[in-house]
Amino acid sequence: MIRSTHLPLLVTLATLVLAYALCAAAYPAMLSTRVMSNLLTDNAFLGIAAVGMTFVILSGGIDLSIGSVIAFTGVFLAVVLRETSMHPLLAFVLVLCITTGFGAAMGATIHYLEMPPFIVTLAGMFLARGAAYVLSTESVPITHEFYDTLQGLYWKAPGGGRFRLIGGIMVLTFIVGIVVAHRTRFGQNVYALGGGEQAARLMGVPQAMTTVGIYATSGCLAGLSGIVFSLYTSAGYSLATVGVELDAIAAVVIGGTLLTGGYGFVGGTFFGILIMGLIQTYIVFDGTLSSWWTKIVIGGLLFAFILLQKGLTWATQAKATRARRRTATGSAALS
Amino acid sequence: MGPKPSTLKRVMPQLLILAAALALNVLVFPEFFHIDFRNGRLFGNVVDVLNRGAPVALLCIGMTLVIATRGIDLSVGAVMAIAGAVAASVVVDGHGWVTALLAALAAGGVCGLWNGFLVAVLRIQPIVATLVLMVAGRGIAQLVTEGKILTFSDPGLIHLGAGVVAGIPTPILIWVTLGLLVAWAVRKTALGMLIEAIGINERSSRLAGINSRVLLICVYTVSGLCAALAGVIVAADIKGADANNAGLWLELDAILAVVIGGNSLLGGRFSILASLIGALIIQSVNSVILLSGMPPEFNLVIKAVLILCILVIQSPRIGNLIYILRASGPQPQPDRPPLPKKEAAR
Repeated sequence: MIRSTHLPLLVTLATLVLAYALCAAAYPAMLSTRVMSNLLTDNAFLGIAAVGMTFVILSGGIDLSIGSVIAFTGVFLAVVLRETSMHPLLAFVLVLCITTGFGAAMGATIHYLEMPPFIVTLAGMFLARGAAYVLSTESVPITHEFYDTLQGLYWKAPGGGRFRLIGGIMVLTFIVGIVVAHRTRFGQNVYALGGGEQAARLMGVPQAMTTVGIYATSGCLAGLSGIVFSLYTSAGYSLATVGVELDAIAAVVIGGTLLTGGYGFVGGTFFGILIMGLIQTYIVFDGTLSSWWTKIVIGGLLFAFILLQKGLTWATQAKATRARRRTATGSAALS
Repeated sequence: MGPKPSTLKRVMPQLLILAAALALNVLVFPEFFHIDFRNGRLFGNVVDVLNRGAPVALLCIGMTLVIATRGIDLSVGAVMAIAGAVAASVVVDGHGWVTALLAALAAGGVCGLWNGFLVAVLRIQPIVATLVLMVAGRGIAQLVTEGKILTFSDPGLIHLGAGVVAGIPTPILIWVTLGLLVAWAVRKTALGMLIEAIGINERSSRLAGINSRVLLICVYTVSGLCAALAGVIVAADIKGADANNAGLWLELDAILAVVIGGNSLLGGRFSILASLIGALIIQSVNSVILLSGMPPEFNLVIKAVLILCILVIQSPRIGNLIYILRASGPQPQPDRPPLPKKEAAR
């Protein structure tokens, strides 16, 4: 029997399959490995950031800063590689340390000063975007042979699709994210925190460590996403990736995670990303639809999934009430 | 009708922060308070602050009411874009500015009704419900303008954004009038109390006989209307509707202004006056950065740091610490009373 808790995930998966089938019916070329590999490559940075966002949302918080952090990471890498002779790998480690620390600082502010995540990460968004401006206001190209090497890494599938490194990094991030969310103590704590802070406290969840850890994870993954984005575009630009946090939130919600926290799946976010990428690909294939339809369709999908979750919550609650009533009458009959 | 002493006490911290921001302005630009009267219009930096702050101040009015009901309206920036696009396309089609304004307000009202319907009838969390329109809204605005930046030259419409009435720029008149009107409406009637009741505990407010559903829809509609007005002003100011950039991130500025105004994101007691002062604080900070002649790259960083400082000062935890430090004498330190946990972002 399908448990109702898995239903949103299944519906997301079914939506993806159905949408892909519809697209493929209209344009058989959509089934080629080229399209599939591009779907992974083009959405790699969004996917990686969305994993972090899933953790944040599962814990009942929100992180508005990731778009800015991605832009900051790109500009930082570009400027460092232009100004110094530092090896890119070292620069990657350095920038990941910075973004992780940034996330941890936001988490600490949220926990210790008891400020709403919305406002703290909003200030973080301004700060990271501002830092990117300070580093450089214009687009800085990245030319380094190591970047060329990384960009040249791909697995050529039959049919001509090129599964590149960055798509692989995204898939790997999702796998690690799924394992961490469902198989570790930290993951349990995240779910517990999202289920209700008071209950989590009573359960003995280390709140401070978990909150700081969640936002540090989100910061770290935003940094990784920035690295992937710089590999994708070969440049750093402080005006890039504006509004990515919204796309990430939309992907998380479409993936079946409740924005109230405590319930959802990291795997669902992966399907959410693919659905959003699919809409864009379809619009490109169609050619007559304008780009703004992407936003409208994603908004509509968001609405549909929210309604679905709402309906499921109602249904489960009604079932629980019925069950309770049955037990109540049963015990009354016994006594 | 002067403000009551309690009102004054409520907005005192905000007034002090505003005074500090203005003092900073004077520090970097001694002529700050100098006001000129030329060509039938007031000129001066203070006038600029009031004028430039108009969109955020307008958004603030609606946002304060929404936040007072324990909600949040993320869609106001997108609604601004839609309203601007509608106004511009109506004017470009050859109708008068009054029709354009009414059409824009109608569009904003419909957006607000939609949000209110999702929140009050379908019982979707406000942050999620308004996210739908935030994501889709700019797409809709682009649909209206067909992806172009629609420019217009109707003097009536432009007057709303760049005009002057009795020497005072029109946007200032609009936001001050609307602010006073709404503040008066919620304070001179039971409306404000009812809204606060919903924010504190919606269930019990409903049990107490408040028609929370209708009231919630009204509050979101007011927010939509305010956003539409702000959108028209912004479009009129640049004589064009830019679906991509009109009102971009202004929802965040408006929320920030409400929070700086000392209103809790958890709903309950609210003050429109304090929120408006919050909006002016944000604008004064912008002005100080501008006047100081610092490279514009630093704007966002400085703004973020200043805002963080203001928020930390207002944080309940800090207030509690100060309270404990003051109270801790020879007797053992009392345990910190449990604070309501933050759930605002949910």
